[in-house]
Parts: sequence; structure tokens; C-alpha cells
Amino acid sequence: MDFKASLALIAPEILLSLSALALLLVAAWSRNSSRLVSILAAVALGGAAFLAAPALCAGAMGPDTLAFGGQFAADAFASFSKILIYVAAIACLMIAPRFFDRQGAMRPEYPVLVLLATLGMGIMVSATDFITLYVGLELNSLAAYVLASFMRSDDRSAEAGLKYFVLGALASGILLYGVSLVYGFTGTTSFEGARAALTGELSMGALFGLIFVLAGLAFKISAVPFHMWTPDVYEGAPTPVTTFFSTAPKVAAIALTARVAVDAFGAQADAWRQIVIFAALASIVLGALGAIGQSNLKRLLAYSSINNVGFILIGLAAATAGGVSAMLVYLAIYVAMSLGSFVVVLMLRTAEGEQLEGVADIAGLSRTQPLLALCFAAMMFSIAGIPPLFGFWGKFVVFQAAVEADLVALAAIGIAASVISAFYYIKIVKVMYFDEPAGVVTGKSDWAHWLILGVTTLFVSPLGYLLTSPLGYLADKAAAALFFVA
Amino acid sequence: MGGFPILSVMLLVPLLAGVACLFVEAKAARTIALAATLIDLALGVVLWLNFDIGGAQWQFTERAPIFAGFNYALGIDGIALLLIVLSVFLMPICILASQSIEKRVGEYMAAFLFMEVLMIGVFAAQDLFLFYIFFEAGLIPMYLIIGIWGGQNRIYAAYKFFLYTLLGSVLMLIAMLWMVNEAGTTDIPTLMQYDFPPAAQTWLWLAFFASFAVKMPMWPVHTWLPDAHVQAPTAGSVILAGVLLKMGGYGFIRFSLPMFPEASAQFVWLIWGLSMAAVVITSLIALVQQDMKKLIAYSSVAHMAIVTIGLFAFNVQGLEGAMIVMLSHGLVSGALFLCVGVIYDRLHTREIDRYGGLAINMPKYALFFLLFTMASIGLPGTSGFVGEFLSLAGIYQANTWATLVCATGIILGAGYMLYLYWRIAFGVQKNADAAAMPDLSLREWLMLGPIAAAVLWMGVYPESFLAPMRQDIAALDARLSRAAPEGDSHLAPGTPRAEAANAVGGTHDAGHGEAEGAH
Repeated sequence: MDFKASLALIAPEILLSLSALALLLVAAWSRNSSRLVSILAAVALGGAAFLAAPALCAGAMGPDTLAFGGQFAADAFASFSKILIYVAAIACLMIAPRFFDRQGAMRPEYPVLVLLATLGMGIMVSATDFITLYVGLELNSLAAYVLASFMRSDDRSAEAGLKYFVLGALASGILLYGVSLVYGFTGTTSFEGARAALTGELSMGALFGLIFVLAGLAFKISAVPFHMWTPDVYEGAPTPVTTFFSTAPKVAAIALTARVAVDAFGAQADAWRQIVIFAALASIVLGALGAIGQSNLKRLLAYSSINNVGFILIGLAAATAGGVSAMLVYLAIYVAMSLGSFVVVLMLRTAEGEQLEGVADIAGLSRTQPLLALCFAAMMFSIAGIPPLFGFWGKFVVFQAAVEADLVALAAIGIAASVISAFYYIKIVKVMYFDEPAGVVTGKSDWAHWLILGVTTLFVSPLGYLLTSPLGYLADKAAAALFFVA
Repeated sequence: MGGFPILSVMLLVPLLAGVACLFVEAKAARTIALAATLIDLALGVVLWLNFDIGGAQWQFTERAPIFAGFNYALGIDGIALLLIVLSVFLMPICILASQSIEKRVGEYMAAFLFMEVLMIGVFAAQDLFLFYIFFEAGLIPMYLIIGIWGGQNRIYAAYKFFLYTLLGSVLMLIAMLWMVNEAGTTDIPTLMQYDFPPAAQTWLWLAFFASFAVKMPMWPVHTWLPDAHVQAPTAGSVILAGVLLKMGGYGFIRFSLPMFPEASAQFVWLIWGLSMAAVVITSLIALVQQDMKKLIAYSSVAHMAIVTIGLFAFNVQGLEGAMIVMLSHGLVSGALFLCVGVIYDRLHTREIDRYGGLAINMPKYALFFLLFTMASIGLPGTSGFVGEFLSLAGIYQANTWATLVCATGIILGAGYMLYLYWRIAFGVQKNADAAAMPDLSLREWLMLGPIAAAVLWMGVYPESFLAPMRQDIAALDARLSRAAPEGDSHLAPGTPRAEAANAVGGTHDAGHGEAEGAH
């Protein structure tokens, strides 16, 4: 084992872990350093993204990307996901101070926890061994549990943290049980070994292992039927944390699921495909139906994220490089839409600075805050997948991949169900544009919020289509790396 | 025209003007919108004048590979040309008709200008997915137009419009993805020549039908239309009836018929059945309406059924008739909605009973209204006659029973339109406020005058409109001929006589030739 080469491959992770430890010390020594720590954490994330980029641009794949004897892969697929995760994390660092300052709860631990969670996600997306997978997953989850209850004086936040912890621990248990079954029936924890051992007829025990592993992962990506925690946690957690949950960890968990499915269970595509198809359709339908009655924007967006996971899983169900590429494109667009939507929720505040999150609060927003309403409407139409907004492109590539993989019926049912979800997205637009102003959203917003909202709105606007070529090119490279079999 | 990208410019002008309208005051927004639509009208005229009749099938083509997965490809044939000209012709009139809009003028004008971009885009797109993007994107501005500036029940109407048309369209997207996967190209002209396996055509046809039937709208999925029309502002109704409904017909003529000829023949009875039902049922519904806009909305559904019956006659006459009905209906129903708007602006009610005897105090208005009423009925000399006659003559060759049922639509149409006109314009002036309404203003003259001229032009000399699309219709007919269902009228062309019928001392067997000719 060549340690030097291995260490070079995990450069982003080394940078992040050292920064996290150093910043933890800074945080311990000086309680008022939250601003400085945030900036340094963002710089570290930017640096990590910079270190991860070459692998993506070069389309790295194969044995050269494997570190520590095949436990960790720094290939183009991991790199694509990492860059997405790091960018989302930077955005979540930028939007936090204004929110927590108001509650007097901004502490330097927040950026440190985000860094640690991001580190865990980096390990997740690079994992090529069930042990690495579990280490990354738990590092991410433990940081996330603390983040969910970061506003410790707030009952809802504490409840969200506890709920997340209990259900998350259960899911980890299910996952570990699955991993142990797979290990028992294949004699290895490496993805490559599992793939080699799981050819031909699948034994009952190995099948159970596969199902348990996928069930554990379905919890992490909040796919139906393991989605119940999502609305509660999203609603209870502080809004910047919710923004974080709906973007970075989602990318990590989905990328991880894709790698496990394609890599470890690659020889059993037919076995997991039906699970993925079921989860995809159930997520689309339940995510859409669940959102209809919601009066809290964060809860509504939680259901929307469940709904979106369904569309992403359709790309995975195709089980082709094209499908994974489509999935990654969708993820990139989804991260932008999700960031934009939650930033809008963050920007809904009264003149006194109190946060608002009710659907009724945004009534007539188009007349009191026209620009904010326009951005939010663009986000909503985009998530609904109405062209010419860029959200349509995500759905388009995913369904294209499904059709190319001969899953026409799945694509038809999925897209027909998307009409249900369009109902509540246009309901938001209706409340903002057609209703009489409620006049409660009067507060000024931070420049960081406007910056992120502006960038994401431009991204989902029709101008985003100019990015279809580079985005598709990079996603194709990443998908090719995932499907590379030595 | 050389390399001047006229279609892109036609898209760009209203787009930029629309963005500008979002940021300026009401008065400036009105001026910008009017100027932009007039520029587009001028460009539309240039387009028509430079269109080489009998030249290449696709003209003014532009192509730019700036997207992955699909192309930015524009180009028009005669069919698209006429529909684009119709759109740019109606737009300045819509802007003029929007003077009574008081709230959020900038956004209103922007929404209309974006609509214009999308309408031109739909007709000019030469790439399957580019077409879909333009086709679907129209939902957003229309949703806002109905929802913000509509009448009392606007929110329900906006939802209904949005969800109905979205559900129809998404299935078409899946069908498009399948087609592109099968044929390996997104180029519409290539796909129009591609022979899909007949078994697959059935499903593809149904998916496209789901979308176009809702847009058209065909009975029984027409129910969004009366709601949307009644609640939309006047200009919204004009655009909806004038151009948006044409997207369904355009879809049939551009996609369903040439791409899936076998499936079209297979489902011909479905179309005929629905069209016959639509003509009779919606005409009867129109007869009992108390709301002017609703009445015209139902009459639109009946007219669109004449379009579908003509399209699925599988012959040149039917196709030409369908196109002319579309153009004529675009002008006439638009004008009728404007006529309703004129008196609605004065009295703020659409209830027919609140008017009466308007011919006394508004003679000029009554004259215009009469012209458009007659054109809607299909009186010879107006555009409606040409289209309806050709459509019915086309379907007669294919099916005489369908012709019989659809022709009753003309009679019923005369019934409800004349009944409407009688109640509004004739009789005694039973309402004092209606009797005090002033006649047309200059602005209203400018709105109605050009449409009236176009209606008469199309009615007296339809050749101007038939010539550009003759070649395209012939090509479509040639493509359809292999699948055309056998007609039941068995027309036998008679032998022409040696001399004129009124020639003195004609031959004795003249009666024989007459009998054949009249068949």
C-alpha cells in the first residue's frame, strides 16, 4: 500500500479534518469568534472543492483513484458529489449568522459542526467499502443530530434533534444489520468483493442483506416508506440547518446509494431495481399528496424534497451510466432550487426581525416585496418542472434516461404524478400573486441572502440552459467513473 | 433575407420589451408593449412578403447548437408562417384592448409580451424539445394573467387551466422522449418523414392526443376553456381564443398526422365521434348561455371541432379548410371577445339581459358586431364561410354521416349567434344605463377595423392565405394518402359539358352530366 499516493488522494478530507480540529480549538478559546470561524470554514470548504476539482475535470477512474487498499475512491463521481456538497455547505454557512444572531444563538460550533458533517459526507461519497461507508455516514449523522438541536433553548429544535437521533440510530442499525448479512454471505466488506461474490442466483440471506442496506440508505435520503422523520425534523430544525439538511447530506446520501447499488450490488441490478422503482413512485406520490394540506412552508418544502428524491431515484432505477448522469444533473439543479427556496423562507421576517414560515404569511408578497416574490415564484415553477425554467431540465434528463432504459411505464406514471405536485407549487404562487397582501413580511434582508437567492434564481432561470452542455459533460464523466469496472 | 435571423429577432424583441416592462411605470410599460408588438407585426409582414411561395419547404431556418440534448433550431413552412402572422397581428390589438387594466400594468404587459415570445416560438421551433419548452412555458404567463387580472372566480379558473393542460402535456413529453430515442434525432422535419412502427404509433398518437385535445380543446376535455375565458381579461380571452387554441390544431397538423399516419387513421372514428358530439352539444350549450363570453367560448369549442373534423378528413380540402377555420376563428372569436370587451368596459357586466337595443345608441359598434357575428356563422363573403365550406367538403369525401352532423353546427351556430346579436343590438332599449353608452372611440376603431378588413379579405380572396401553405398541405396529404380511410361518398367526377349550360340549342343528354356533377 502506497501511503503517499493514498494521502494525496484524500487531500480534501485531510484539509477539512485539520481545519475542523483547528477551528474547534479557536472556538474553545474565544467565544466571540463565530464570524471568523465561519469565514475560515468557508475558505476551507472552498479549498477542499478546489482540491477535489482536478479528479472531476480529468474524469479520474480506475485503480489509480483507490486509496488505502480499495477502501476509498477519489474518482470523478466522488469529486462531482463533493463539489456539490462543499458549495452547498458554503452557502449554508453564509446564510446562518443573520438567523442565529437574532436569536442570540450564533456560536462558533455551528461552522465547525458543518465542517465535520461535510467531512463525513465526503467520506460517504468516496466509500468503496462498507466500513468506510459506515464511518462516513456516522460522522455526518452525529454532526447532523447536534445541528438539528442547535437552538437548544427552542423546544421544536430540541424535539427535532431527538427525533432525528432516535430514528437515525434505528436506520443505522438496519443498515449495519444489512451490511453484516452481506458480509456473512460474501465474506468481504469491500464493494468490489461483494460485487464479485453476488453474481448469479441471489441467496435468501444475501437478498435480505441487500434489502436492509437499501432500507437504511432510503432512510438517509428520506425516500418513502422511510420518510416520516423528514417533515418534523425540517420544521423543527433552525432554518439554516434545514437548508443544509435538504442539500448537502441529500447529495451525499444519494451518491452513496448510487455507488452501493451500482458497485456493490452491480451484478444484481434486477433485484434492487424493483425496490428503487417502488421507492421512487411512492416518494413522488406521497411527497406530492403530503404537501397539499401543509400550512408551514418548511414542512411543505420537506414534502417537496421527498417528492424530488422520487424523481432522482427514477434516474437510478435506469441502472445505466446515462441514468446516473441524469441523476447527478438533477441533483445539481435540485441543490440550487432547494437553497433558493429555503433562503426565501429565511428572508421572510417582520420588521422586528421575527422569522415567519407560514404559507399565509406570504399572501400578496408580489405587491409588498415584488423581487422576492418573483424569485420564489421562479423557484416554485422550477421545482414543479415547468419549462422554460431550469428545473424542467432535471426532470427531462431523468425521464429521458428512464425511457432509454425501456422503463417507459415508470416514466409515464412518474411524470403524471408530478402533476399532483404541481398543484401545491402553483398554490404558493397563487398565494403570493393572487391573494390580498398580508403585509407582515416587511423586514430587510441580509446581503448574503440576496446574493445566494440571486445566484440560484439566475441558475434556475432560462439562462440555466446555457449550462446544459458543461453540466452534462461533467455528469457523464462522473457517471462513467462510477460504472468503470476494472 | 440573407443571413438575417428574423425569427430570432421576432423572439428577442418582445422578450427584451417584456423584461423592460417589469421595471417601468404603467404609462411607459404600455408604450413599450405597443411599440414592441408593432415592431413584431412589421417583422411579421416582412416575413410574409419574403416567404418564397413554392420555394423550399422550410425557410428562414436558423440553427445553433448551444444546448445539450436538443438544438436551438428555428424555421417555418407556410402553415407556421400564417399562424405566426396571426399571432403578431393580434398582439398589438390585445395591447390596445388592455387600456382598462389599471392594476400592475407593468407585470401585465410583461406577461403578454412573454406570451408572444412563446407563441412565435411554438410555431417556429424545428426541434422537438424546443417546441415542447415553448409549448409548456405558455402555462406560466397564462396562469398569472387569468389569476391576477381575471374576474371573480379567477383562481379556480387559473388552477383548472394550469393543471388540465399540464396533465395533457407531460404524457406527450414521454412520447417525445421515446420517439427521439427510437429515431435518434430531435429534428422535426426529419421526424415528419420517419416511419415509426404502427404498434408504437398507437401509443405515441394517444400521448400526443392527450396534450393537443386539451389544448384544442376537444369535447369532453374542454371544460377549462369556458372558465378560463370568462375569468380572463378581454385581451387574455383574445389571445387564448385567437392563438393558444391554435396550438392544438397546429400540433395535430405538425405532429400527429405526419408522424403517425397509421395511428391517425386508426383513431379516425374517435376524432370524428368527439367532433360530432362537440359540434352538437356545445352549440346547444351556447344557445342557453346568459353570459356573453361563455357563449362565445362554447362557440369556440364548436368551431374547433370543425377544425379537427377537417384535419382528419385525410384530404387536401379538409386540411386547407381546417387551417382556414383556425385562422378565421382566430380573427373572428378574437374580434367577438373585443366586442364583448367594448361594452363590458362601459357597463361592467357580461350578462346578456343587461343590454338591448344597442344598435340605436351605438350604430357603429352594432355594425362591427354584426360583421363578426356573420363571420362566425360562416356567411359567404366572410372568412368563416371559406373555412367551414372547405372543411365540410373535405369530410364529405371521407364520411357523409359526419358531414351531416357537423353541418348542423352551422345551423345551430346561426341560431345562437343571431339570438345573441338580437338580444344585445336589437329590440327596445330596456336598460337606461345601456342606452346611454357612447359609441366606439378611436382606440376601439383601431382594434376592430383591421380585424374586420382581414375577415373580409380572407372571405373574398382566400387565395392569399391558401397559397403559402398549398405546397405543405400537398406534402402532408401525400404522406397521409397511404393510410387514408376509404370514403363512403364515392365521388365520381363528372365529365365537363361541351358548352355552357345556358347555351341555346344544347345537346339532349345534358341532363345526364348534370346529375353526375351534382353528386
